[in-house]
Amino acid sequence: MSAIASFLTLVLHLALMLAAAPLVLGLTKRIKARMVGRIGPPVMQPWRDLARMVRKQPVVADGTSFVFRAAPFVNLAAIVAAATLVPSFALGMASAPMADLLVIAGLLALGRAALALAAMDTGTAFGGIGASREMMFSVFAEPAFFLVVFTLALLAGTTNLDAVASLITTGALGLRISMALALVATLIVALVECSRIPVDNPATHLELTMVHEAMVLEYSGRYLALIEFASALKLLVWMSLIGVIFAPFGIAPRDGDGANLAPWLWAVGLAAWAIKIGLMSVGLSALETTRAKLRVFRVPEMLGMALLLGLLAAIFLFVSQGFA
Amino acid sequence: MERIVFGTLPYDLAHLLGGVTLLLSFALLSQRRIAATINTYACQAAVLALAACWQGYVQNAPHLYVTGIITFAAKGMIIPVALHRLVRRLKLAGGVDAALGIFPGMALGVAMVALSIMVVLPTTVQSQALTREDLALALSVVMLGLLMMITRKSALTQVIGFMSLENGLILAAVSVDGMPLVVELSVAVLVLVAFVVFGAFFLRLRAQFDSLDVTHLDRVGSAHR
Amino acid sequence: MNGLALPVLALIVAVLIAVGPVVSVMRPKFAGWGSFAMCAIGAVAVMAYLIAGAPPQLLSVPFGLAGQPSVLALDGVSGLFLLVLMMAGTAASAASLDDQGHPLPTAPAFPVFLGGMALTLLAGDAFALVAGFELMSLASFTLVVTNHRDAGVRAAGLLYLGMAGFAALCLIAALALLAAHGMSFAAIRAHPPEGLRAMAVLALVVVGVGSKAGLVPLHIWLPPAHAAAPGHASAMMSGAMTKVALYVIIRLVFDLSGPAQPIWWSLPLLAMGLASAILGALRANIETDVKSILACSTVENVGLITIGLGLAMAARAADLSVLASLALGAALLHICAHAIFKTLLFLSAGAIQHGTGTRMLARLGGLVQRMPITASAMLLGAACLAGLPPSAGFASEWMLFQSVLGAVRLGGIGPQILVCVLAAGLALATALAASAAVRLVGVALLGRPRSQLAATAHEAGPPVRWALLLLALVIVMIGLFPAAVLGLADPALRILTNTSLNTHVGVLTVSPAIRFPGYVPLGVAALLALAAIGIAAVLRARAVAGHRAGPAWDCGFGASPTWLPFGDPLTQYSGGGFAQPLRRVLGGPLLSATTTLDMPQPGDTRPAVYTETAQDPSELYIFAPLANVRATVSGLADRMQFLTVRQILTVMVTALVVFMALVALMEQL
Repeated sequence: MSAIASFLTLVLHLALMLAAAPLVLGLTKRIKARMVGRIGPPVMQPWRDLARMVRKQPVVADGTSFVFRAAPFVNLAAIVAAATLVPSFALGMASAPMADLLVIAGLLALGRAALALAAMDTGTAFGGIGASREMMFSVFAEPAFFLVVFTLALLAGTTNLDAVASLITTGALGLRISMALALVATLIVALVECSRIPVDNPATHLELTMVHEAMVLEYSGRYLALIEFASALKLLVWMSLIGVIFAPFGIAPRDGDGANLAPWLWAVGLAAWAIKIGLMSVGLSALETTRAKLRVFRVPEMLGMALLLGLLAAIFLFVSQGFA
Repeated sequence: MERIVFGTLPYDLAHLLGGVTLLLSFALLSQRRIAATINTYACQAAVLALAACWQGYVQNAPHLYVTGIITFAAKGMIIPVALHRLVRRLKLAGGVDAALGIFPGMALGVAMVALSIMVVLPTTVQSQALTREDLALALSVVMLGLLMMITRKSALTQVIGFMSLENGLILAAVSVDGMPLVVELSVAVLVLVAFVVFGAFFLRLRAQFDSLDVTHLDRVGSAHR
Repeated sequence: MNGLALPVLALIVAVLIAVGPVVSVMRPKFAGWGSFAMCAIGAVAVMAYLIAGAPPQLLSVPFGLAGQPSVLALDGVSGLFLLVLMMAGTAASAASLDDQGHPLPTAPAFPVFLGGMALTLLAGDAFALVAGFELMSLASFTLVVTNHRDAGVRAAGLLYLGMAGFAALCLIAALALLAAHGMSFAAIRAHPPEGLRAMAVLALVVVGVGSKAGLVPLHIWLPPAHAAAPGHASAMMSGAMTKVALYVIIRLVFDLSGPAQPIWWSLPLLAMGLASAILGALRANIETDVKSILACSTVENVGLITIGLGLAMAARAADLSVLASLALGAALLHICAHAIFKTLLFLSAGAIQHGTGTRMLARLGGLVQRMPITASAMLLGAACLAGLPPSAGFASEWMLFQSVLGAVRLGGIGPQILVCVLAAGLALATALAASAAVRLVGVALLGRPRSQLAATAHEAGPPVRWALLLLALVIVMIGLFPAAVLGLADPALRILTNTSLNTHVGVLTVSPAIRFPGYVPLGVAALLALAAIGIAAVLRARAVAGHRAGPAWDCGFGASPTWLPFGDPLTQYSGGGFAQPLRRVLGGPLLSATTTLDMPQPGDTRPAVYTETAQDPSELYIFAPLANVRATVSGLADRMQFLTVRQILTVMVTALVVFMALVALMEQL
């Protein structure tokens, strides 16, 4: 019974993640437009764009290899795999035993490497510039995120996301300086990973300022649809990750510790997830409308700050936990 | 202080406010622009005021509310507004010139925080967890203020570093039970006095050298010698 | 049956060392075939031995110091390393067969090199260890200077010889300190060193043998030497020889020095490991020669392994035996994975050099079109290098990170903060390695050719392709079943830490804490495969099939003109361009990287010149001062030649007086 329930949860979770990813992107665009006084496109617009792109025949640049054609698949597959592992509205999904935070980070790195290689495969200047900058950002983002993982793992005794989240859900940890510092660090890393302002501008095609868009410049048709969908899903994965670690309110608990999987727990979990994602979209939109894009070489500095905050988070954990 | 135990709301919130104060110290250290530095300082003062009020509630000590209000009014409102006006009057709205790079400065800051923790923790083994950690936080804020005074060339940012150092002292003062009000008042007055003194000092510097860079003072000294 | 493993291996060593060179001189073709056969038999024998549980074996052979016999020994530790060596050796020997009818003049040295490494691993006493280590060093030196007409190769060989001599000096001194009560390892184990003697042993082993493994600060010989050797030889040097050096460190520091050493013994290992990991990975991002990139990444990986060894040592000293075996397991797993994938990468690099005639990134590009098999193998190896799941590199780095995490239990707040820094450094090194891997593949294999050489490249011959296929198969298996490798490493773990990882290793999973689930490589792979199949199915149902070909849009640059047959090379990102952001952010502080631009005035017709320099800090702070000291000393000696008779007499009398004073002083004490 429990196995079936956890499998059902996983299926529902994955379906919701996949369906909601473009909607969250649409919602963010809409809110941003409203904040600057425009009406903005409807929330469904990203889905419509995807459907249209899928119906167009792609143009593949001359001289590219199988890497160029395989990269969108690898990228999306990696991010879908990550989305399978990050809980949204309920803990204890069938994928929970595999949901290691380092594996999630590794899967996101796999997607990034695939896109960077595809960009190099086009043999154009823009592909190269995007790939090189993306890899530079990852060099600084990864240590920062690993230190956050380190802090969480010190609290929970494991890097398994499900175990970390269920520990935090119990409220035994209370409010922690470490968690506040880790949250700031994670937010910075998430902005970089999702190529949002102030790191990258997802709306621009002004070549010299872009990173992610420069990498995918040569894609069209269904390949472009895969990539756009992947970046929307990546945003949702990061939002869910932040939600489940730093604000696990209302999430349906794991089966097994007495609480049976009552439908109302799922309903509460779903509502809480929707509210969290909505609030984060508003926050992201507010940030993007009020901040300007940073110079490329300021980004490592910002990530360096995230790294140091991660370090401080771990240090303060030692202080309060008294590991010594 | 028996009420204040680890894992309860009074403890957690006090701890968290102290942590945010420290975080804002880091934010101060990483700012490039003078206007943003002043705003961050105002934020820090506001958080500090909140921390003081929360301590007033937790310790049941009304005078701490007064401290909080004074802190908020003086450092959260009056001084930042005055500094903004000063910046406009002296046309200083350019970048902040850090003597050290931003990242090395931050890394040094983290090292200083680690050092403060390692100093405070063993020496305060007997005291309660809240006081210990708040003292560690306060010392870290003080050290970061000092660091800011060292790593910035412009006199104005040095003053802000100095006042952020004062914030660390206040944080230490409010987190210890039974600190009399007199001390806070004197500290607040001290800051104001220092502020006035530095204000006059800016004007002189500006008038004489057309810059707020204190390295000019060294040159004066050597010329006289 | 099981007792046969050691005699068989001893026989293989004898054949490789004694018969190999003689036969190869007469029939050069036999060097490759013979090594291939010997390594394949050895691999099977060691595999059977390890599966059977690796009972320790001893064998006395009548070759030793002055009529004494010397001892060969085989146990779980040496068995695991031998397995790795034999597998890599099989592939590299197979690849060496692809010589187009022109055998290398140094071909006879190759079996000796293999035999020397095997002898080092099989050694059961100090003499055999030194003999094997030196055979390995000399044979590999011969292989490095194969193309000695090139001045760069000669310089690399000279540096290598110097460093090998230094390593030998340290190793012999360390063994002399250890073997006070007898040469055999059993005698040394019975009398582990203590106090000052133990410290001296640690310093000598870590510095001397560490230089052989490529640990910072004495790593600078490694990139040029590994780049200079021919493909299969450099594969063995990077893939196997560094592992043999690590084996010597493990044997001398972990095993023979006894378990009762203090916790600070781990500090030099941790510090050197972290420095190697970061510096190696950063240099791998900046080098412009394919093989140098791979060699720098070897420095990085040796650093990661050394961090694992250091953690294991600290944990063992603190009596945290599970943590010790976890960290050592991570190190051993990474040793296996790195040995295989680095051999794979170096063999593909050799194939690239063979197929294009160059190793410089600036002349490569687009090789995936003309050398699909080599390029695919390299892509796989690069995924391991980058530590991407579900590759073998990720499994071991995951375990390593878990053991760093466990290391916070080692001490008070000071050590804990250091562990945090270690974790950040580890993550930085792996991320840098990922960037280096993307750069290597992206510039060398993908995109458009940058020169005629790359445009007319030809695919590697069948022997190399088979070798690559074999290694690719092994590395995929290691990636998907790391638990199986840890099972093979279990005898070694039991010898070195007295604890088995069996309870932490399932058939499919690796887990640091029993209460929690761990890493499930097969599950991750299945998840990725399912996701890819799902995507393909959706696209099949909804999307239009096929695609059109067209020139790259490139923001309107359009197709390149016809008089540029490879496109306009200058608009394609180069290796230097790719490295530029990292060079600017990290290269300045760590490698004292500088760039100068000499831009002529308008109207001036001379070309603008852009130069980049970078210097390894150990070159700057250790080798350059050493060279200065040497120059000063030789200057002094030079001046001594032109002294007057009276001055020479003064010098001699002074020396005599100083000597007598010393003697008097000694007698007083």
